Amino acid sequence: MQVPAPFEYERATGVDDAIALLDRLGSAARLVAGGHSLLPMMKLRLANLEYLIDINDLHGELGYIEVEPGQLRVGSMTRHRELLESDPLAEAFPIFRDAERVIADPVVRNRGTIGGSLCQADPSEDLSAVCTTLDASCLIRGSSGSREVTMAEFYRGPYETAVGDDEILIEIRIPVRPNGSSAYEKVERRAGDWAVVSCGAAVWMDGDVISDARVGLAAVGPNTTGIPAISEALRGKVPSEDLYAEAGAIAAENCTPSTDMRGSAEYKRHLANELTRRALRRSTARIHGQGV
Amino acid sequence: MTVVEPRPLDSFIDNDEKPIGYGRMLRKEDPRFIRGKGRYCDDVQLPGMLHLAILRSPVAHARIVSIDTSAAEAHPKVKAVVTGAALAEKGLAWMPTLSNDVQAVLATDKVRFQGQEVAFVVAEDRYVARDALELIDVEYEILDPVIDARKALEPTAPVIRDDIEGKTDNHCFDWETGDEAATNAVFDAAEVTVSQDIVYPRVHPAPMETCGCVADYERVEGKLTLWSTSQAPHAHRTLYALVAGLPEHKIRVISPDIGGGFGNKVPIYPGYVCAVVGSIVTGKPVKWMEDRSENLISTGFARDYIMRGEIAATRDGKIQAIRTHVLADHGAFNGTAAPVKFPAGFFGVFTGSYDLEAAYCKMTAVYTNKAPGGVAYACSFRITEAVYLVERIVDCLAYELDMDPVELRIKNFIQPEQFPYTTKTGWVYDSGNYEPAMRLAMEMAGYEALRREQAEKRARGELMGIGVSFFTEAVGAGPRKNMDILGLGMADGCELRVHPTGKAVVRLSVQSQGQGHETTFAQIVAEEIGIPPADIEVVHGDTDNTPFGLGTYGSRSTPVSGAAAALVARKVRDKAKIIASGMLEVSVADLEWQKGAFVVRGDPSKSVTIQAIAMRSYGAGDLPEGIEGGLEAQICYNPENLTYPFGAYICVVDIDPGTAEVKVRRFVAVDDCGTRINPMIIEGQVHGGLTDGVGMALMEMIAFDEDGNCLGGSLMDYLIPTALEVPDWETGYTVTPSPHHPIGAKGIGESATVGSPPAIVNAVVDALKPYRIRHADMPLTPSRVWDAMQGNPKPPV
Ligand SMILES: Cc1cc2nc3c(=O)[nH]c(=O)nc-3n(C[C@H](O)[C@H](O)[C@H](O)COP(=O)(O)OP(=O)(O)OC[C@H]3O[C@@H](n4cnc5c(N)ncnc54)[C@H](O)[C@@H]3O)c2cc1C
Repeated sequence: MQVPAPFEYERATGVDDAIALLDRLGSAARLVAGGHSLLPMMKLRLANLEYLIDINDLHGELGYIEVEPGQLRVGSMTRHRELLESDPLAEAFPIFRDAERVIADPVVRNRGTIGGSLCQADPSEDLSAVCTTLDASCLIRGSSGSREVTMAEFYRGPYETAVGDDEILIEIRIPVRPNGSSAYEKVERRAGDWAVVSCGAAVWMDGDVISDARVGLAAVGPNTTGIPAISEALRGKVPSEDLYAEAGAIAAENCTPSTDMRGSAEYKRHLANELTRRALRRSTARIHGQGV
Repeated sequence: MTVVEPRPLDSFIDNDEKPIGYGRMLRKEDPRFIRGKGRYCDDVQLPGMLHLAILRSPVAHARIVSIDTSAAEAHPKVKAVVTGAALAEKGLAWMPTLSNDVQAVLATDKVRFQGQEVAFVVAEDRYVARDALELIDVEYEILDPVIDARKALEPTAPVIRDDIEGKTDNHCFDWETGDEAATNAVFDAAEVTVSQDIVYPRVHPAPMETCGCVADYERVEGKLTLWSTSQAPHAHRTLYALVAGLPEHKIRVISPDIGGGFGNKVPIYPGYVCAVVGSIVTGKPVKWMEDRSENLISTGFARDYIMRGEIAATRDGKIQAIRTHVLADHGAFNGTAAPVKFPAGFFGVFTGSYDLEAAYCKMTAVYTNKAPGGVAYACSFRITEAVYLVERIVDCLAYELDMDPVELRIKNFIQPEQFPYTTKTGWVYDSGNYEPAMRLAMEMAGYEALRREQAEKRARGELMGIGVSFFTEAVGAGPRKNMDILGLGMADGCELRVHPTGKAVVRLSVQSQGQGHETTFAQIVAEEIGIPPADIEVVHGDTDNTPFGLGTYGSRSTPVSGAAAALVARKVRDKAKIIASGMLEVSVADLEWQKGAFVVRGDPSKSVTIQAIAMRSYGAGDLPEGIEGGLEAQICYNPENLTYPFGAYICVVDIDPGTAEVKVRRFVAVDDCGTRINPMIIEGQVHGGLTDGVGMALMEMIAFDEDGNCLGGSLMDYLIPTALEVPDWETGYTVTPSPHHPIGAKGIGESATVGSPPAIVNAVVDALKPYRIRHADMPLTPSRVWDAMQGNPKPPV
């Protein structure tokens, strides 16, 4: 049994209470949501903190998936399992279900939250890649009010986000556009392992041509990477294998993987290419009502 | 005799035939485990018990300049802080390893691997003990580490073991076997020779329960009771007596339920000794349970053999000789657990299942700044490495000759009439009938159809591979004439008592870590004396309550203790027969044994059951002349030879050409372990071993960076396969009994771990044939398979 260093524990009763506690306890405090990233780090004594503020009682307030005209809102305490099982979400953005099927295992998915996933800011984090792909924005609240940031602004480096010491991530907002679909591809060494590389794609069509396309890659740089050059290259084009290949090549060029136990940098670059093609191919097939 | 009885794959399996003897039967121990009533070391709670935590070296190689423990000692809940210097005063800073080397209990001079024990704290609870470690201040002078075994013998390499008088290099030992000149002569004249560098990377057994113990030294009685995660409680007791100077009759080692061993729990680890010292110093029971990272970084690893395999053959595929050079990485201390005369374990069986003209192996073992150990993880004393080598090099030959790998193997098998067969390295294979096992596996797999499917897929650019391995193991150590561990012969005791009401207790020296001994051994005794297994209690894992023996590892329990159990039961039956003759008033010669009763020959109405005999043996009334009361016996069994189980495995993989991910689609395993006692337990052992094999072949490796930091210190980094990585296992069997074993049984515990990695690797390499790949080293992670597909297969770092 791995045992953490001593800490004090508080259970927040609501968002305002959580913010008040953060305000009072300062940088010595950390929120705990599902705990599947934070607790292992505490046990390994990589995260040492004095106060743990448990926000699981906020699940009622912050656990939701709301589909509205033009936008979809996901509360930060929504658990992986809820994301996996939500039909409206899968209908709007099949990429979520694709990703959730390959994130961790049922035990982790029962507790882990989208807020915790994004705030952990692990370079290999899958939901970050999903949110980057979907051009999501994040609503953050602190004692001095709320603000909304884009995914690009949200990430500041590995394990670093725009969320301040006294702030909490409230919700993730995703624009909904017609005639689009999305997909997620991941290579892992073993079921439940973090990605060697993973890739999300979303495509919107206008008749026969692509009106917009986005790709988000995980595990090939300090944070999940959106690749604007791919969007530029694809807009106004008719989908084809050659076009996917072009996008794949752009992905491979525009990422900065490093060699580690999960794989060599060359291999990861190759996967960025291969998975970009696959995710784009699957997204367009879905728009045409083909395949899963 | 070979019986070929494939089980229809879709048949319903009744796992409770309620046998009185051999047969499928649910495990007697399982209700306890399923209902949470197992009792493991960490469940032991004693009044006043304290907790121990170990401070470990953060670096691979450094001189200890100073240790300041004052802050830790000042903690109000800390009861003791002990350093290597303090142990040295008691002569306990170093302890012998199972290979006649020494290992530091706590480092005094230098640390020699990351994770090495430096000091320990005993405190009121586990949390305080762990927190107090952070209050100990150690100053290290960092030294260059030796991480790559290939560089360990370079003259400029820093000397790791300067604790050994006069040591000027990192050489550990040299070992050779076979006939070098004869082998070289065959190679020089051979039509075809193939040479291949093959690495078996360092892996870890990673049992679900980590190592640990509770030491309770009772000062008034002077008695030490040690609950410990030990696969060999009796051997440990004797070693504690020899090392710590405690009298052996005042030491009781209890191995309660054990959550997996795989060899990881054979050695005596510094933590156990620390707990004993902690209990002696504080006068209180002391518990030490290592955490997952400690288990992965500091306890007995496995493999780490850098091999060159060479094979000589005729052009039409007759294998003539195998030659191999091995560089063995033993880590900082030689902690290999193997019979003393076998520093490379049973690696000598690298000649495999083939009839050769000559064979030779030369091995050099070196010290590196890595955790000690060296033989663990269900390896049958290095047979895993040997089988991997031969089964890979035979496939390399098939590749060069463009021959079907099955055809090549069958052509070279030792033939049934050649048994007992003495190999060119001196091992006497007891019995075998290889071709029927191979053919059964092919039939179950649909081998010809698979090859056709493969050809079609290749034409379409798809990557499908079919891998074959055929292994022979040498298990059941061992004959006392040449096998001992630190002077303790490898014979096993066994004791059987039948109570007046006909219920029995059998006491074993071996210890179960999940193998199902409480069922298998009850069945062995039941088969011999006809008492139902439910009425036979199996007692094990407590040195005060069981006879001496060397423990469970190397698939030795059934070959050695299983024989002892059968023979002790026969001894009881012989006595029962004499008592029965008195009860029935006939001569012994007129009695016939029908399982469970003696019957008068020719008059079936006259009989007595074993239960009635038992009551009589303790009851009133006279017993036949010269017969003592009671119905019990005791024995110590010294095996005449090892047993040689074998098997034929076929693996089918698919590789995604775009991502290089390997999927094991099918796996057919035909095993021959001689007489089958409980087929369900055998299948369970095989399933587990095959899963291990998938782990080693595809994902497991304890890697180090160049500074010697262990990169496999958590289960996030050291991957273990899950149900999702393995197919439905298809198992089959043949039965070729061991001629010298009393019930014809051979070991099965490690067969699948030994036999499956080469089958999987052979399948992956076969799938990559379109890329002209002849070999790729484990672990075959997607990245490493992709490297191979780029024509650039790399040895693991
Ligand atoms: C075995 C295992 C396998 C895994 N595999 C994968 C995988 O394949 N892919 C993948 O993407 N992830 C994987 N994960 C991570 C998993 O998805 C985690 O649950 C997730 O990263 C964190 O979510 P959590 O709710 O548990 O966060 P916590 O651990 O509770 O918190 C993580 C961090 O976020 C902060 N935080 C949490 N909520 C908020 C909030 N609302 N506002 C501000 N800060 C907040 C916390 O303070 C902490 O710093 C795995 C985890 C495990 C244990």
